[in-house]
Amino acid sequence: MLLRHTSKEVKEREGLTINPAKTCQPIGAMYAALGIHGCLPHSHGSQGCCSYHRSTLTRHYKEPVMAATSSFTEGASVFGGQANLLAAIETIFSVYDPDIIAVHSTCLSETIGDDLQQITRKANDDGKVPEGKHVIFASTPSFIGSHITGYANMVTGIATQFAVSTGVKKNQFNIIAGWMEPSDMREIKRLSKELGVRIVLFPDTSDVLDAPQTGKHEFYPKGGTTIAELRSAGDSISSLALGSISAEPAAIGLEKSCKVPFETLDIPIGLSATDRFIMALSQAAGVKVPDEITAERGRLVDVMADMEQYLYGKKVALFGDPDQLLPLTEFLLDLNMKPVHIVSGTPGQRFEKQMRQLLDARSPETNFRNGLQADMFLLHQWMKNDPVDLLIGNTYGKYMARDEDVPFIRFGFPILDRIGHSYFPNVGYSGGLRLVEKLLNAIMDRQDRDALEEKFELVM
Amino acid sequence: MEANRIYPDPSQVREELIQKYPAKVAKKRAKSIIVNDPEIIPEVQANVRTVPGIITQRGCSYAGCKGVVLGPTRDIVNIVHGPIGCSFYAWLTRRNQTRTESLMDANYIPYCFSTDMQEENVVFGGEKKLKIAIQEAYDLFHPKSIAIFSTCPVGLIGDDVHAASKEMREKFGDCNVFGFSCEGYRGVSQSAGHHIANNGVFKHMVGRNNTPSKGKFKLNLLGEYNIGGDAFEIERIFEKVGITLVSSFSGNSTVSQIENAHTADLNVILCHRSINYMGDMMETKYGIPWMKVNFVGAESTAKSLRKIAEYFGDEELKAKVEAVIAEETPKVKAVIEEILPRTKGKTAMLFVGGSRAHHYQDLFAELGMTTVAAGYEFAHRDDYEGRHVLPNIKIDADSKNIEELKVVPDPELYNPRKTEAELEALKEKGLEINGYDGMMKQMTKKSLVVDDLSHYESEKLIEIYKPDIFCAGIKEKYVVQKMGIPLKQLHSYDYGGPYTGFEGAVNFYKDIDRMVNNPVWKLIKAPWEKAGNGSGLAASYVTQ
Repeated sequence: MLLRHTSKEVKEREGLTINPAKTCQPIGAMYAALGIHGCLPHSHGSQGCCSYHRSTLTRHYKEPVMAATSSFTEGASVFGGQANLLAAIETIFSVYDPDIIAVHSTCLSETIGDDLQQITRKANDDGKVPEGKHVIFASTPSFIGSHITGYANMVTGIATQFAVSTGVKKNQFNIIAGWMEPSDMREIKRLSKELGVRIVLFPDTSDVLDAPQTGKHEFYPKGGTTIAELRSAGDSISSLALGSISAEPAAIGLEKSCKVPFETLDIPIGLSATDRFIMALSQAAGVKVPDEITAERGRLVDVMADMEQYLYGKKVALFGDPDQLLPLTEFLLDLNMKPVHIVSGTPGQRFEKQMRQLLDARSPETNFRNGLQADMFLLHQWMKNDPVDLLIGNTYGKYMARDEDVPFIRFGFPILDRIGHSYFPNVGYSGGLRLVEKLLNAIMDRQDRDALEEKFELVM
Repeated sequence: MEANRIYPDPSQVREELIQKYPAKVAKKRAKSIIVNDPEIIPEVQANVRTVPGIITQRGCSYAGCKGVVLGPTRDIVNIVHGPIGCSFYAWLTRRNQTRTESLMDANYIPYCFSTDMQEENVVFGGEKKLKIAIQEAYDLFHPKSIAIFSTCPVGLIGDDVHAASKEMREKFGDCNVFGFSCEGYRGVSQSAGHHIANNGVFKHMVGRNNTPSKGKFKLNLLGEYNIGGDAFEIERIFEKVGITLVSSFSGNSTVSQIENAHTADLNVILCHRSINYMGDMMETKYGIPWMKVNFVGAESTAKSLRKIAEYFGDEELKAKVEAVIAEETPKVKAVIEEILPRTKGKTAMLFVGGSRAHHYQDLFAELGMTTVAAGYEFAHRDDYEGRHVLPNIKIDADSKNIEELKVVPDPELYNPRKTEAELEALKEKGLEINGYDGMMKQMTKKSLVVDDLSHYESEKLIEIYKPDIFCAGIKEKYVVQKMGIPLKQLHSYDYGGPYTGFEGAVNFYKDIDRMVNNPVWKLIKAPWEKAGNGSGLAASYVTQ
């Protein structure tokens, strides 16, 4: 047993988190900044933060993840990190020549009270930012929220520090991506194109974190939302924020700064959430949904109908991030499955309410907890008390899955031991189809493995 | 090898590497980029601050303390006091394998413990939450030891992890609780954390159990973290030759082994950088000499075993060592003879760690490959130039903040294992006790030595030298591979290994052969991107 010390008896904890279902803000900020073209994320803190975030993102994507650090030492921690950040900005522009440096803070720089707005302004005033180049920032203290909060804060920083309202509206719509994979962002773009709607998607990590092998390392890969696109976001007709926790804050920021109205939707994972996304975008743009999208939807529903017997009543434990868990839970319910245990380390009443609402209506007996001590240790204990047929979550779930001998589907962040997530989407109808295929494979492989010889089926 | 026969003048390469930097940065970097001469061994600037904004391989003090040194011991509950990230990122990512004797034995390595510090803890102090967390860990697991690791905010807000640990230790009575002030901002790299970890382990663990260890030839394995099962292979060999491993710092180790370490008669050091402090301190306090060894590479393994046998000076042991070498060598020879024609003459670059960039050169030499450039991520001058430079190393502000323990001989337990005369005699035989010659002496003339290599420099070096393989870590892995050059991770071994001992050497030969000769590197260009292709219709078949 790998997790041999996990007991069945659940005791409330107040101080100790064990096997967290979240990580800290700055990695989310780093991920978001990689979705801007020509941008170098910069971690204002100790070297370790930057190193850990780059390592984790690299393991998840199997791709280069470039980012710089203010390399705090004890002196900087005592006297403030301004000198380090100013020096960093100068070095970065001369050596790595980005169009944008996206600075995020860490628990260290937040604790000593470094003011990123003031320091970046000083960098501009002191002429350390070359003509046509930009330094943007987001405050991302690690002791508040989670990696999702950090992502939201950086996306907000990107939106509000670039978008400009010229007073002349453009016939385009902003889609603010909640935390999702490059494959998902690519799929959002494809669906929008299929609908015939012009969009500005940000951030956009496709063609950044799924870059092709060419024999050359592109320090700033082809992908990412461009500065011109980001500027124009202030003139868009409206914004669709995909995810109330990871994307909505940026939409609110854009409404405040440029008066762009917004609507918040779930990340289009599964049938119902994708339906809402397609409806919202087609209605906002006043376009008819093309037959091809209706056919895509039909293929997903077809599989759901044809294979329903294998999914019905299957008990699922899941852990992960709010904006993904909500539509995923809804999808499991649409598939007639039973999400019995749900855990997310990301705190927040908004998410708690949304999830409760969904569960109260369709699965009131589900165990659900988010925030402090809502960790994988707790989830594992719940699984010991009420066993499940399937576990869904990031790679760390494999330890629980092995111990409990439960089929396991990798979903969320980080996935450190498989590929696929960056290439094949979970969003849209095709993403839904892929999810159903994964669910069926996991469940049916288990049925095949466990079937008595006389019950072993050829056709299923 | 004569590097200048094939490559541009290394001093010109050096100029090229620093050209793009702002003047002050260039001046600083120049001192860390050195053209080697094994005869005179020039000075390398090392263990100094990385310039802010430079994309560095380095991590932090916490990573060196918790991640490297303390992480691999399986029965300590390691609680990270701080926001959630620090504990999350160090959770199982270093591949420290461990093997318990039974399912009943404690193993907390698959677990991640954190106080998940919140804003109110930063504002009002986190000691209370820490003590609650320690209590909860104790109630849940009843471990032998609980270690507390401070992250950046902890030092800044003044939480006293040592006082909290002491209070809880005294309260429990049967659980050793101790803390580490390894805040990420201390020192200039992971190295500071190694030192802090050495101090803590020495103070709080070593010497707590005086039960004499059994066995005739008893040693501790220092600076071996059982990544990919390296320690398992060394354990296998030790068992075969009849050497008793009292404890390992810290791969595949337990608390009680470390507490008993001072009963061994020799410390052998693998990773000099991360654990040399422990060797020195145990020598002063208990009279146990230490010896630098290297179990990376088949020849180095044989050599290290012979050194150990020589130290113990026992003819039977010497004979056994020879017998084991004779038994193991043919398997290794058979593999290398088959592989050598495909790897011979190829070139490697190693930029990693504080010892690995040195040790792995032995394996590349066995593969007939030349190391054209190498450097460490977080080493000190002595790891490059040898320990004789120690008295000349300037202690700067960043190092001064790391505590140097005042160690004196233990009034009861100090027992010099060898007399001065015996040590002298061993030296005569070429056995270097308490010494290390460093990396540069072994590297060829005009090879390039670069400390704390930056991303920019690595891309330049690859452009200029076009090595057949580049060795570094996960952050560099896909950058270098995008350039069409295979990268071997020497922290995680690309999830392979072990690479130590005889079996490890075979694994490494096969992996490097596979990597440098992989057909994928010739498939990068699409047929229509290649000159002369793409016009007219022509049938083509897979067999053509």
